[in-house]
Amino acid sequence: MIYEGKQKIWSDYQKEIPDDHYFYVRSCIRQTFFPASEWAFLDITRNKLNKNIFETEHHTTCGGIAYHSDAIPQETVMTIIARQFALMHKYGYENYVCSCITSFGLYCETLESWREFPDLQNKIAENLKKATGLDFAKPKFLVHASDLMYKYKNLIAAQAKFKLVDKNTGKPLRVVEHIGCHYSKMFPSKGVGGAEYPYVLAGMIEAWGGEVVDYPERRHCCGFGFRQYFVQSNRGYSLANTHKKFESMEPYKPDMIITNCPGCPYFMDRWQYVIAETQGKTYGQNGHGIPVFTYEEVAGLVLGYNPWDLGLQTHQVGPEPVLDKMGIHYDPAKKYLGKNGKNIGKPDFVECIK
Amino acid sequence: MGKLYERLMKDYRIKEGLNACINCGTCTAICPAAEFYKYDPRQIVDTVQSQDDAEIEKLLKSDTIWYCGECMSCVTRCPRKNAPGLVVMALRSLSIDMGYFMESEKGRQQYVVSKDLCGNILNYGYCVYPRTFKYATHQEAGKVWKWEEEHMDDVYERLNANLDGEGPGAVRKIPQKDLDEIKKIFDITGGTDRVNAVKAAAEKRAKELGLTEEEYFNKIYTECNGAHLNH
Ligand code: SF4
Ligand code: SF4
Repeated sequence: MIYEGKQKIWSDYQKEIPDDHYFYVRSCIRQTFFPASEWAFLDITRNKLNKNIFETEHHTTCGGIAYHSDAIPQETVMTIIARQFALMHKYGYENYVCSCITSFGLYCETLESWREFPDLQNKIAENLKKATGLDFAKPKFLVHASDLMYKYKNLIAAQAKFKLVDKNTGKPLRVVEHIGCHYSKMFPSKGVGGAEYPYVLAGMIEAWGGEVVDYPERRHCCGFGFRQYFVQSNRGYSLANTHKKFESMEPYKPDMIITNCPGCPYFMDRWQYVIAETQGKTYGQNGHGIPVFTYEEVAGLVLGYNPWDLGLQTHQVGPEPVLDKMGIHYDPAKKYLGKNGKNIGKPDFVECIK
Repeated sequence: MGKLYERLMKDYRIKEGLNACINCGTCTAICPAAEFYKYDPRQIVDTVQSQDDAEIEKLLKSDTIWYCGECMSCVTRCPRKNAPGLVVMALRSLSIDMGYFMESEKGRQQYVVSKDLCGNILNYGYCVYPRTFKYATHQEAGKVWKWEEEHMDDVYERLNANLDGEGPGAVRKIPQKDLDEIKKIFDITGGTDRVNAVKAAAEKRAKELGLTEEEYFNKIYTECNGAHLNH
């Protein structure tokens, strides 16, 4: 009964996601820490699903991280955003897909403010013209890249080489989904499934054979907190929040975590390492952590991509327990090799966590 | 109604984020910052709606407004559709404009985020950029990041990125013409003014303390007086 009730809530929040023709905008954090995820997104959508996803080198940061660290005023960030939208228009697109959740939330907020305060919109359009000569435009449809992956989840399932299933037991893998706060906490109607029961990642997990884990702190922030991470003396804030989530999910024995925000997988991966190093505590089995993935990485694994092409070697918590359960073949000797097998050393061994 | 309150009311984030607060405390119950710091968003919203300039000034000079993580978890749950997180953003902007941010330890940290993040935006076009994210100051990034830093060009090439390269792709070199446009946006929208004001205040304080810029930066980057935490 309760489950059906939840499904009803989800069905009230089904946003419209066009099938094709998008202007793609990257995320500062994702391209820094998970560049192969953005590569996988473009490779999957363009080459496996034949979608038109356009990127220009002329787009920049949206400024969102600086804005949410209060380093730049609202008028500055809104004008940078107007420039991104104007580039979309210039290249002939009206659907806008962004890789970043901070950007996505900020675009939603900005469009809402412009709608509510036309004077503000006019001011930003003037700023844009003055600074860049570009014409003001707004996207017809704004989606996050995880919305698109959600839209394509069954197309991906149809081409799947592996499932989110433990090949030894035949049981679904138990998957924690973590949604970036700015995806739908501010504007629930802009996210698939709203804020309390977002379905964007749960839908992928189910379509690819896994089982979604519910746990008390499922909606708690990963703890990024912008200035709470960037300033060293504030970082305890970030660590304490991740710690709270892991303590809460531990009794439910998740096999893996999927995230849709670029920052969350970094924090949930790296703070597990710090907790192991400082407290000797690990949350997976046999000294392993719980592997944390981006949704692009999981889609790539399901489609049979080489884990090292997806950048899984750059996680501090090793992905191997999940690869083994899914029955994915990988060559440990190639994990840290460069392009064309070039030897580029390897990270120092970390004893506290695998 | 005082002058500070009047200025706050001009901020679009207050126009959007502050309706009559019923002091229910739901925002504080859900707030990750309230668990960690001595922090109560309910009280902040209440102080602003009191319209009492003396109290608002105290708030603007305090550590309190700098504790929020801007996660916006409070927005979903407030029964009056308030956005305490947006109210805090408006308070922080005013605190910087008035120079009050220099009165608190957490406020003075603005120089760190301003220098690092705006530096990245203006020099490279990104808020976060691999070559300026150092293992030495981010050891939590792990041994794997240390390795990535030491072999950056090779690692990013392996991961199909386009580090500092021409054309599209991850962490590409953003053309100078585009960076010039971003700089111009900063200049005409108050971005440059804010960067300069925060920098001038930091330089003045460093001089008073007899510290070089680098020494002062390291001091505010690491300093923590121990009175901030909830337990
Ligand atoms: S949840 Fe809303 S109404 Fe309740 S105290 Fe917070 S701001 Fe006020
Ligand atoms: S935005 Fe700030 S006040 Fe609101 S829940 Fe997050 S940390 Fe708390």
